[in-house]
Amino acid sequence: MRYLPLTQTDRRAMLATIGAGSIDDLFVDVPVEARLAGPVAGLPHQASEMAVERHFSALARKNMAAAHHPFFLGCGAYKHHIPASVDHLIQRGEFLTAYTPYQPEIAQGTLQMLFEFQTQVARLLGCDVANASMYDGSTACWEAISMAGRITKRKKAILSSGLHPHYVSLAKTMAKFTGDTLDAAVPELSDRTDCDRLLASIDGETSCVVVQYPDILGRIEDLSPIAAKCQETGALLVAVVTEPVALGAIRSPGEMGADIVVGEGQSIGVGLQFGGPYVGLFACKEKFVRQMPGRLCGETVDAEGKRGFVLTLSTREQHIRREKATSNICTNAGLCALAFSIHMTLLGERGLRDLAALNHAGAVAAADRLVKIPGVELVNQSFFNEFTLKLPKEARPVIRALAECKVLGGVSLGRLYPGEAALENGLVVAVTEVATREDVEIFATMLEEVLA
Amino acid sequence: MTINQSGWRPESGNAESADAVTYTGNRALMLEEALIFEIGDTETTGIDFTKPPAHTSRLGGLERNRPMGIPGLSEPETVRHYTRLSRQNYAIDLGLFPLGSCTMKHNPRLNEKVARMKGFADIHPLAPTQSVQGALEVIHQLAHWLVTLTGMKAVAMSPKAGAHGELCGVLAIRAALEARGDARSVILVPESAHGTNPATAAFAGYAVENIPATTEGRVDLDALKSRLGPDVAGVMITNPNTCGLFERDMKAISDAVHDAGGFVYCDGANFNAIVGRVRPGDLGIDAMHINLHKTFSTPHGGGGPGSGPVVLSEALAPFAPLPFIEKRSDAFHLIEEENASEDYGQSFGRMTAFHGQMGMYTRALAYILSHGADGLRQVAEDAVLNANYILRSLDDVLEAPFGPSGPCMHEALFTDAGLAEGFTTLDIAKGMIDEGYHPMTVYFPLVVHGAMLIEPTETESKATLDQFIGALRSVALRAKQGDPALKTAPHFAPRRRLDEMLAARKPVLVWKEPELPVAAE
Amino acid sequence: MSRYFTEEHEWIEVDGAIVTVGITDYAQSQLGDIVFVEVPAAGTVLKKGGDAAVVESVKAASDVYAPVTGTVTEGNGALEGDPALVNSDPEGDGWFFKLTLSDASELDGLMDEATYKAFVAGL
Repeated sequence: MRYLPLTQTDRRAMLATIGAGSIDDLFVDVPVEARLAGPVAGLPHQASEMAVERHFSALARKNMAAAHHPFFLGCGAYKHHIPASVDHLIQRGEFLTAYTPYQPEIAQGTLQMLFEFQTQVARLLGCDVANASMYDGSTACWEAISMAGRITKRKKAILSSGLHPHYVSLAKTMAKFTGDTLDAAVPELSDRTDCDRLLASIDGETSCVVVQYPDILGRIEDLSPIAAKCQETGALLVAVVTEPVALGAIRSPGEMGADIVVGEGQSIGVGLQFGGPYVGLFACKEKFVRQMPGRLCGETVDAEGKRGFVLTLSTREQHIRREKATSNICTNAGLCALAFSIHMTLLGERGLRDLAALNHAGAVAAADRLVKIPGVELVNQSFFNEFTLKLPKEARPVIRALAECKVLGGVSLGRLYPGEAALENGLVVAVTEVATREDVEIFATMLEEVLA
Repeated sequence: MTINQSGWRPESGNAESADAVTYTGNRALMLEEALIFEIGDTETTGIDFTKPPAHTSRLGGLERNRPMGIPGLSEPETVRHYTRLSRQNYAIDLGLFPLGSCTMKHNPRLNEKVARMKGFADIHPLAPTQSVQGALEVIHQLAHWLVTLTGMKAVAMSPKAGAHGELCGVLAIRAALEARGDARSVILVPESAHGTNPATAAFAGYAVENIPATTEGRVDLDALKSRLGPDVAGVMITNPNTCGLFERDMKAISDAVHDAGGFVYCDGANFNAIVGRVRPGDLGIDAMHINLHKTFSTPHGGGGPGSGPVVLSEALAPFAPLPFIEKRSDAFHLIEEENASEDYGQSFGRMTAFHGQMGMYTRALAYILSHGADGLRQVAEDAVLNANYILRSLDDVLEAPFGPSGPCMHEALFTDAGLAEGFTTLDIAKGMIDEGYHPMTVYFPLVVHGAMLIEPTETESKATLDQFIGALRSVALRAKQGDPALKTAPHFAPRRRLDEMLAARKPVLVWKEPELPVAAE
Repeated sequence: MSRYFTEEHEWIEVDGAIVTVGITDYAQSQLGDIVFVEVPAAGTVLKKGGDAAVVESVKAASDVYAPVTGTVTEGNGALEGDPALVNSDPEGDGWFFKLTLSDASELDGLMDEATYKAFVAGL
């Protein structure tokens, strides 16, 4: 087999060195009744590289790739153009096939990259410090709620109705087990967010308020009033960013007073990949750093006084604190963080501003075009590259019909909020730089046809 | 004759000049690299964009009005920056990476190729399911392999890594207990467990109690039995365990736990050692996570992403998290919140947005299909053979605490017994760096002093193992003889030993302009 | 004033109704370079044997237990900025917290300096 270097001669010689008669002698500790006599039954045997590739090619062809069709999906995962050099660099074996940098003398590449990543993320989100990444945005969001609970020693979190429903769903799963109380709500299909509800609900029991920015319907709202109310009551403001490209155009949550800012970093450098792996961003004010979950990279010097980097503050983590750790998380999303960081380095601040402007302009033009379709209304007053339309009929079948016409036309709110009749006509449309004017025109034409 | 007028006269040089100081700090191919914040500029970019068409901003009056301070680099500078950084890393592609418990095996490039096919890499998680049938089929196929190889009933695919999988398993146990109105408060964990086990149990709201080990490095069955009772929700056991040994009493442990009304969680981090030879389902396991990045060769990527699907017994399957992939008639369906009530009303909920680590599923399935059922069995056999070869080739020079009790599984454990006064496991590890190896896992498991845990994996040749054995023998002898040069190793790595105390006492976690104060929030 | 020691390597200085708690020189030498100390805030009510403070070295985090029951009157704020005090002067400036002594009989089972020295020698 091509991945196994040992020859039969090697195996015999090694068994002799060990003093074992056969390979079975090395499995003597397995209870007799659990020993399998041969390969697990009912499964195919080994296959050549060509055969395996062919198998996958056939499966891949059954999927509609975003690049091949007019494509307008968002809601927590966005298609942006990723420069060729990003994928080239992350495939360098020294990055791809390295482990967590526990031996810093021979892992400075990963460590320096993480230090740069932490700085980029902190600056992007407007915070003092950031960690070396989390699994994804949704798990980062729960970790932020959990961290706010540790800091405030309170157990009630208030979730904005504009928070991604999957993020809410995950938080509800976890809260069932941790005993936290979550005050969540479903959004209205209008430009009105539930800011007033949040302000009215914050009290001395509140550990944190969680607000997505821009929110699930694409709406953009000033977080400062909520930050001020949080400050008054000793609660923390957790901001969630699922489309970090937006921060090239709009203010960062940190500068509006958020205490913890988490995000989904997929949009920068990481492809859609059907939902994973992605990269969770996690940043906060410096005073909370010892309550942060996840790995942290810090600067130091070596024995000769040269600058170097190490994983640090690891006593917060599970391998040392065990049952008292800030989180059970062991791994981060190193390679996705690398992809994020390389893409961000290629962009730089200027490139990010240009990219954001291009996204916003395209979305404005698309919104203007789509509302010309009879019966279609634009829900948002404000948006970045994603907005919500109110269709004259249920959106979910419309999306399926559009897919039959080879158009991937957005995310129906019926899919995200099953059973919520008031939302079922809602369609969330994301327009990034990859959508051409022709794509928008095809989408508008087909949508009009499907609605007719 | 013609006289050489160029002045070029090759000389063989002087070997004494190794300590020469260079202007750049570089040492030939070992290139120093500054931070992007020191070499980049906020007005530089490596990407060209067309100018956006004229439009009226609809950003709600929240236009960004402050600089971020994120520098950019041109494309050539970017490629060079990251290429230079990469060269300061050790990696499997460079050599043996014997980190015990981490399973650093070769990462086949076919996996990378298939994961990048547009039909998998460029599809949206919320795309209509009719447009992603091939992707759902990949998940379904991988799920079938995982349940069949483990002899279990079902698999929850979405957990994002091993620890996330542990959480999934423990939450399923808690949900199952709650469903029968049985509130239990304690999870038992052996002393030798991975730190994630107690952290996970605590996260799920359980008190954690340790079970002692026998002198042979295994769970003390009698101690376990005597602790079982109506307050014990379950046990979390790693098998093969973190000493690299198979838990001989696994079936008896499972039976005892089940008799007491609890569940058995198995940390499957070491499934690599038994895949194709033992099905955990036959040992009475109720839940086990499988690290696709260990057993099934998906790359570790410098610390993730991982992927940790959890196989479940019949008793726990109804409580598995959303979403699921199901094949109904001819199409693959995605079971999410809206339709879960039909068959999965007892599901404990969602653990992540979307459906898990698709990019890891394609890679793992490519690896699995390449090996097939026969090849995977050979994987376990070669992994175990390689580890025992190391164990028996070095147990004369390093103490193997459990060597006398029989063979190890996929990893060989040694201790620091017999080193010269003042010499430690850490010195051996740093010495191995100079020999061109990534060190073994050190100081884990915690149950022996100065642990060195060596996992060669099945993808190393005998010649590679022989050289490694020779190198470790040499370094171990130096540590026993008290060679002072070992105390200051590594000498030849990109950095000497780093001051971790300084990093922790005065944490510097982000780069700051040396002269400009950073604006406070 | 009299000084007591616990088997968990804490020292307790009793001065009337107020006791001062820290970790012993042996404890700091075992922990190595201390990088972080978290002490309880004034007003915290501690129960004998409960978690009172956290002390971290680079690779280990240890809990400091309350040797007696009482209410914290002061945590040593100096340790936040200079955790190395625990290494340089563990049984002086590196003290952790002061608390009120609510039940003097809790001191009965503790060791005096000579007994503690013998205890450490036997480890």
